[in-house]
Amino acid sequence: MSKHRIVLEPGSADRHYWRDLWTYRGLFGFLAWRDVLVRYKQTAIGIAWSVLKPLLTLGTMAFLGWLFESKVPGDVPRLLLVAAATLPWTFFSTAFSEASNSLISNSNLLTKVYFPRLIVPASTIIVCLIDFLISFVIVLVLMGVYCFTPDARLLLLPLFLLLALVTALGSGLLIAALNVKYRDFRYIVPFIVQAGLYVSPVAFTSADIRNSARIPEAVKWLYDLNPLVGVIDGFRWCLLGGRTELHTQGFLVSTAVSLLLLVVGIRYFRRTERGFADVI
Amino acid sequence: MAAPIITVEHLGKRFQLRHKQHERYTALRDVMAERVKGLFRRSAGETTEEFRALDDVSFTVNAGDRVGIIGRNGAGKSTLLKILSRITPPSSGRVTIDGRVASLLEVGTGFHPELSGRENIFLNGAILGMSRTEIASKFDEIVAFAEVDRFLDTPVKRYSSGMYVRLAFAVAAHLEPEILIVDEVLAVGDAEFQRKCLGKMRSVAGEGRTVLFVSHNMDAVQKLCNTGLLLNKGRLIASGSMEDVVRSYLSARDGSNGRFEVAPPKEEGVPGAIIDVSVSTREGGVSSEVPVLSPFEISVRFRIDRELEHLIAAVGILTQLDMPVRTIWSAPQRIAPGMHEAVFHIDDVMLAAGRFKLTIGLSNHERSFHHAEDAAWFEVLDAARATESRIVNYRSGLVLNQSRVDISALTKPPHEQSRQSNAPAPPEPALRRPAA
Repeated sequence: MSKHRIVLEPGSADRHYWRDLWTYRGLFGFLAWRDVLVRYKQTAIGIAWSVLKPLLTLGTMAFLGWLFESKVPGDVPRLLLVAAATLPWTFFSTAFSEASNSLISNSNLLTKVYFPRLIVPASTIIVCLIDFLISFVIVLVLMGVYCFTPDARLLLLPLFLLLALVTALGSGLLIAALNVKYRDFRYIVPFIVQAGLYVSPVAFTSADIRNSARIPEAVKWLYDLNPLVGVIDGFRWCLLGGRTELHTQGFLVSTAVSLLLLVVGIRYFRRTERGFADVI
Repeated sequence: MAAPIITVEHLGKRFQLRHKQHERYTALRDVMAERVKGLFRRSAGETTEEFRALDDVSFTVNAGDRVGIIGRNGAGKSTLLKILSRITPPSSGRVTIDGRVASLLEVGTGFHPELSGRENIFLNGAILGMSRTEIASKFDEIVAFAEVDRFLDTPVKRYSSGMYVRLAFAVAAHLEPEILIVDEVLAVGDAEFQRKCLGKMRSVAGEGRTVLFVSHNMDAVQKLCNTGLLLNKGRLIASGSMEDVVRSYLSARDGSNGRFEVAPPKEEGVPGAIIDVSVSTREGGVSSEVPVLSPFEISVRFRIDRELEHLIAAVGILTQLDMPVRTIWSAPQRIAPGMHEAVFHIDDVMLAAGRFKLTIGLSNHERSFHHAEDAAWFEVLDAARATESRIVNYRSGLVLNQSRVDISALTKPPHEQSRQSNAPAPPEPALRRPAA
């Protein structure tokens, strides 16, 4: 019996799935590399887009916050407050929508070659991480401009980035798998992203919601169910040296929702992935 | 005897087909209503039917075997390969594979048009399961095989289709799995390329690796494979030595000695259909064997359902490697509904011995409504003519027109030259054409 023995049976999950995932790690990198290479082909300003895009979003969000008189805590410049939130939000929204459509746009691969399907949505998220790093440098530059020095909390940032990644991966896997069968999700995804921007603390802060007199106390807990609340509050807390509040209970609730999404996403994806080639 | 490398037991694959009784014209409103209903349950007026793409298929493959899988379109060949490649799961049965599998179900899977040849070699290699170091070590070989070294940094969208296919095959040909699964890749590319691919696949098989190969090209499978599997409508109907399996495939196809039934057109609502095709000689009647250089007829029977203004019937004669040899069209004519027969008389015959395939087509107003590729075949036999013993088969050329070869000396033999060294040189004999 060779160590490469494979048994194919109806319904049985692959016993060697995670080992296969490791074997195909090279493909993971190559798909991400392909997406990076192809990204700005045939655009006039090329790579400059990855700097311009976050700057435009940042400007719009800061303007909205100013317009709606969102409260700025202490000595934090509004632009920095918004930048600390735009950073994870942009990462999540692009990673989520790219991952959701990744299986459909790679359908030619799915019907012709075997590899653990998880690689496709996961590799698109890697590409978004590269954009994130570029945006992160922009935020650092912005901090320099405002002579704002972050404190040691900055070192915790990778943890919150991981949380953002978990949220994007979980929801992305779930929608990607559903999208294979029901193309309706292709139209739902932009809506989720659009609505998500309004219920997540990007232009405003979580303090605005928690201290609002107009929102009844009884429904405020709903706010924390948004997994992005934990991610964005965490980013602000790290980047702005604790000048914004990290509401413990709210953070735990939305982190739990993120983890739940990951578990549900992976399980649904794994259950349906063997049939992808038949229905795509 | 070594243990089998692939064991397939009672393998089955079912699909649910949904039939909808849909109206010709659908309004957006109806579509939306269907969508809402259809999202959670099947709408009314919809019936499901089970389609068995594979049904109770069992076989084993030993290490080092070169297996040819043949059968008509829709026999389940591709489904079988997809299950063995782990692209799609079986619905029943069990497959055990002891080895690393690489499959090539399509030439150029995952090629990205915007990327250069160099980048695509790495990408495609990774998709087919090669590691970066493996690709890098074979890079030069791949480039040499594909003959694209000058265009390595050009995006493949600017490649000619020939270059594209060569590059794609070159990457796949340098895989080194224990089991290689190949689906009809020879259907693309020109004859030279096909020859090269076949040679490469033979050397892969020569290295003791196991090859599973699907093809419609009987010539190629017979050259490459030692054992064969014949599928028909999802069932395995013959297995054994490749020659035997090819023979039973050909005899199964050929209904009653030289008469070939043609499957009905795939589209609905066409004004008619080809029914069958036969080849006959003046002396021998209907037969799929035609003696070399003797006239023959191709007769196509077809049904016309409504009067047509401008019917054209056409026959294409192709080699086994899908190279067109001759296409013959009837003059356009008005035709009444009913059964008809078109007879194509081939009087000036110049086909070399070998097997030829026929493609049949019917069209109205230059719009084809039934096109049957690979509808029939016939064999030109050379045994009948002892005088033409030099004609072996069409490997030495497709046509046999009458030609004469004269050989004459351009220089004098050495002994004559030395004796007549002072005499004026004779006029240079040109490469003379024989007088007509």
